[in-house]
Amino acid sequence: MNALALHTLQKIYSNGFEALKGIDLTVAEGDFFALLGPNGAGKSTAIGIITSLVNKSSGHVRVFGHDLDLDPEAVKSCIGLVPQEFNFNQWEPVGEIVVNQAGYYGIPRKEAWRRAEESLKQLDLWEKRSEMAIKLSGGMKRRLMIARALVHRPRLLILDEPTAGVDIEIRRSMWTFMTNLNQQGTTIILTTHYLEEAESLCRNIAIINQGRIVEHNRMDRVLHALHTESFLLNVGGMPESLPELEGCVMRRLDGQTLEVEVSHDLGINKLFEGLTRNGIQVVSMRNKQNRLEQIFIKMMDANRNSA
Amino acid sequence: MRELSRVDRYRTAFQTIITKEILRFGRIWKQTVLPPVITTVLYYVIFGNLIGERIGEMDGYAYIDFIVPGLILMAVITSSYSNVVSSFFSSKYQHHVEELLISPVPDWIILGGYVGGGVARGVAVGIAVTLVSLFFTDLSINHYGWTLMVFVLTSILFALGGFINAVYANSFDDISIVPTFILTPLTYLGGVFYSIQMLPEFWQYVSLANPVLYMVNAFRYGLLGVSDIHIGLALLIILIFITGLTLYSLSLLKRGVGIKN
Repeated sequence: MNALALHTLQKIYSNGFEALKGIDLTVAEGDFFALLGPNGAGKSTAIGIITSLVNKSSGHVRVFGHDLDLDPEAVKSCIGLVPQEFNFNQWEPVGEIVVNQAGYYGIPRKEAWRRAEESLKQLDLWEKRSEMAIKLSGGMKRRLMIARALVHRPRLLILDEPTAGVDIEIRRSMWTFMTNLNQQGTTIILTTHYLEEAESLCRNIAIINQGRIVEHNRMDRVLHALHTESFLLNVGGMPESLPELEGCVMRRLDGQTLEVEVSHDLGINKLFEGLTRNGIQVVSMRNKQNRLEQIFIKMMDANRNSA
Repeated sequence: MRELSRVDRYRTAFQTIITKEILRFGRIWKQTVLPPVITTVLYYVIFGNLIGERIGEMDGYAYIDFIVPGLILMAVITSSYSNVVSSFFSSKYQHHVEELLISPVPDWIILGGYVGGGVARGVAVGIAVTLVSLFFTDLSINHYGWTLMVFVLTSILFALGGFINAVYANSFDDISIVPTFILTPLTYLGGVFYSIQMLPEFWQYVSLANPVLYMVNAFRYGLLGVSDIHIGLALLIILIFITGLTLYSLSLLKRGVGIKN
């Protein structure tokens, strides 16, 4: 069964701007799905429509088989949302925010507190339950929104840039949390500007641009479309002139760093062989750019040129 | 956890909204309950005792007794209205109205919860003001059931008004315009401090267009047993307003005016 199916979804705002131009999209149950796109591409509008925060102009939304027009309450019961912006009452205690959200889903207060305790403990916020939300740090506020979104145990969790502005340690702990959640059966749709996040977490991907889906595929297939990869090599001893290797473009950045663009046909082993043969010892290496980021940028460029 | 029936879910959602609203104004009682009590005490001291003694009787009652129903109702009207307008507008402003919009809560429960919060504050303030009145007058209630009904219906009506104001408001200025320029004049000219029989005939007719007049008189009838208006008509007018504002509020929620997009 599909967790989400969008059919010819269109949104025209009152000022005439067409944010979504009849998109079709499906997300399978249990998937960890990336919805990517530049700012203003239509991601937030699509999420807004799915979560009933924005009225659609036309088209259909189905969540686990429930039609948003015919049975909005069933659709809403299936979805948990972690929005981009903090959207809780900052002057309410942390525990109350989570418990009240459970109440809106009809969960009695005693059970709501039990669930709030469970999710707040998982996200290291239980000790803060009596504090006003405004006193939390940015990372804690993000985790509070996750706890709130999970309190009714949604089958589909939509995370709209959940790690924006949080430090790397918290981000990584959130990745682990999301992965565990997905492994337990929750379907997750993730939008993010950190493309390494999408690449490492998600199995399927859609890229939206100017209100249209421009790519909708398995993550590995999308990444396979990349024919070259760029690396930064830290080398011991730089020769006067750089060797020429077929399937590889090299550029000297400084006395110890080489930027190398390697075609997949050549491969890393042959690159190392070629460098060693020419007296260049590689001390360390790292990707210049995340692979998904390269594809994303190419796709956006192509889209811009065709427009 | 056992499967919850729809009625159970709705009841829990309603209780959640109304409890949240009561806690909200309860936490800041110095801003929400105390000011109308102080204002009413000042009215009693100035208009009741100092000026009232020179006015003498009105409709067969001492002036201070005559103005008690109007002053209580004025506090109820202002409190019910401002509770909903400020609470719902700030939920829009801080975007936490989204918590409700994404949840499976029907529009009528959302409206009922906010209006219930407004009524709760209206009742809290009404009780406080009534208790204060006992220090200045020998308050007696002629028709208990009627008094309570008008008290609650008026509170509902103005809570609905506050809700509609909050839906359309785009700034904090917008939520103070209606209370300042419409609600306060209507209340002052709604027979709180005088009987419309005192007015020239033309102004008596003009006064009949003021909905607050019907509520003040209906409430005065409950407490003192006198009214400038036929009480059946007063009740009808109140019910018509409540029905109209409820339907309008629900249509605003359904269309997502001011809260979606």
